[in-house]
Amino acid sequence: MKITTLLASVAAAGLIGTAALAEGHEKVKVGMISTLSGGGAGLGIDVRDGFLLAIEQSGRQDIEVIVEDDQRKPDVAVRIADRMIQSEDVDVLTGLIFSNLAMAVVPSAVAQGKFYLSPNAGPSALAGRGCHPNYFNVSWQNDVIHEAAGAQANTLGYQNTFMLAPNYPAGIDAMNGFKRTFSGTPSNEILTKLGQTDYASEIAQIRASGADSVFFFLPGGMGISFLKQYADSGVDIPLIGPAFSFDQTILPAVGDAALGVNNTAQWSPDLDNPTNVAFVQSFQEKYGRLPSMYASQGFDTANLLISALEKAPVSDTDAFRAALREADFSSTRGAFRFNTNQHPIQDVYVREVIKDGDVFTNRLIGTALTDHADAYAAECNM
Amino acid sequence: MSLLIAEQFLNGIQLGVMLFLMAAGLTLVFGVMGLINLAHGSLYMVGAFAAAFVAANTGSYLLGIVASVVAAAVAGVLIETLVIRRLYKRDHLDQVLATFALILIFSEGTRMIFGSFPLYLSIPDALGGPITLPGGIEYPLFRLTLIAMGLLVAVGLYLLITKTRVGMQIQAGEADREMISALGVDISKLYTFVFALGAALAGLSGALVGTLQSVEVGMGEPVLIMAFVVIVIGGIGSIQGALVGAVLVGVVQTLGAFLLPIWSKMLFGSPDAGAVLSSMLIYILMAGVLLIRPQGLMGQAA
Repeated sequence: MKITTLLASVAAAGLIGTAALAEGHEKVKVGMISTLSGGGAGLGIDVRDGFLLAIEQSGRQDIEVIVEDDQRKPDVAVRIADRMIQSEDVDVLTGLIFSNLAMAVVPSAVAQGKFYLSPNAGPSALAGRGCHPNYFNVSWQNDVIHEAAGAQANTLGYQNTFMLAPNYPAGIDAMNGFKRTFSGTPSNEILTKLGQTDYASEIAQIRASGADSVFFFLPGGMGISFLKQYADSGVDIPLIGPAFSFDQTILPAVGDAALGVNNTAQWSPDLDNPTNVAFVQSFQEKYGRLPSMYASQGFDTANLLISALEKAPVSDTDAFRAALREADFSSTRGAFRFNTNQHPIQDVYVREVIKDGDVFTNRLIGTALTDHADAYAAECNM
Repeated sequence: MSLLIAEQFLNGIQLGVMLFLMAAGLTLVFGVMGLINLAHGSLYMVGAFAAAFVAANTGSYLLGIVASVVAAAVAGVLIETLVIRRLYKRDHLDQVLATFALILIFSEGTRMIFGSFPLYLSIPDALGGPITLPGGIEYPLFRLTLIAMGLLVAVGLYLLITKTRVGMQIQAGEADREMISALGVDISKLYTFVFALGAALAGLSGALVGTLQSVEVGMGEPVLIMAFVVIVIGGIGSIQGALVGAVLVGVVQTLGAFLLPIWSKMLFGSPDAGAVLSSMLIYILMAGVLLIRPQGLMGQAA
């Protein structure tokens, strides 16, 4: 008797399950783990806001986004990811900002059958041998933006560049990326502590180095500190760097110190395509500030997800993955397609920091790399 | 090279005197009240935000600095009377828990008021740019100003503690808490004063350092850790110890981070070993001091 009841309820549960599937619009759960507090919070908040804006504009009610703060701590990120995967049963994970956190979370999440869409971090380890069919990078492989900076340094005729980056996976990627395209010789290569805020010592070394240019990758508060101190030091060797140190999240805090500096990115607020014009305008209307490149990446990530969901339900893993690979969405950065390692092939631009009225922002001045793929794709066997 | 080392030495002194402003309050509060205050870094942040806010709205950097001292002192009085006062008789674990909670409250509160993006606070034009020192070193005027301010505060504190009535009460409070209240000194007022003084110094240091660096939520915690190292090296409760410890930590940290990678490159061909060692250097220094003088350089033997 008892066994039959049990069987009946199992059968009933099974029926409910198929009914939900048959409806076609099953609910999709997205777990977003991002840095929303502490030093890197501006980046995570912009990714989140861009992502949620795209979901809202799509009008889809069947996408549920759970947002959690990783506090830029790998252990916290891992704990949240475990909970989202095991007890909240999310289908797709996204949101991580920092490469060291991505390295802690992504490999185990994709091994457990979840999809991960990266809106920011692109560590080299996940682009080459560590690539995975369920891992999609919608932003860039870390090296790429720095490769563009190296190319721009060549264009500007720099011969010996002083290099500065924090000592963590993305910092090493930055050094390697710049050197891959730079045809001069670096005068110094200095790795600083992640989160360092006083650069007096490094600036003294720059002054004494006799270099003809300074390449630096210092995201968030580190970049603000460096730029203010550099401007005040009286050293006038020209700066060049990736957009991370010159983004909309930090320019207001830096002020005049960054004016005129060349920086490289896959996106710029004045990039002229219909999707981007609409994005910049709607972001400003909704949040009352200019979007950063992080916001554009969050927006693109959500639109990629939506485009795939239009074609296949997330429960049909293979079809959904194939739909993601097609990248059939209109990106804020113009042309966008995935390489074999599921990282973007895209143009990387050169921007210049300007003051537009009272607002510090970037404007496009050229293209550093066209249809550029990262250097690790060949190592990826998928 | 010798010019570069001299400049790095100045950088170390500058880091040291700013650490001293943080450590002085921390060591006073611990010495007089026996309290471990993890929220000291939050008061540093309060000072920086107050300075950035007032400077942006009035256009005066000087008013910003005044605001940082006032705001941090007021915040100090508030948390002392509302929270900290209840903790003096509890053990250190309770104090750590409660003041850690204060860090979270301050951080999220600041985020609610000012948002998550760093604020703008920059060096006033009068103090901007480098000047040339005797010997040909070009050094930022603002950093020299910081050194001067820090030393001025150190002298002021020394006079306050050794030459005034309040200072004598503070010294007496460090030596014997029961006896001083038995002698008719209003101990709770004295505690509030000491706490507010420490808070004001932390706020001042937050505003000055925030000018050079970035004014953002969570800026106080990394400094707090170094300030703790300073007071352990200097001897808990000793203002002179805090000054000596702070300058020592500042110079060792700066010169270590500069020289060790260079030496390790000469010896092993790679700067990595030196870079790793330099980030541990101040902790090794602390361990060494504790080994030889467990009470710290200027501490009284317990």
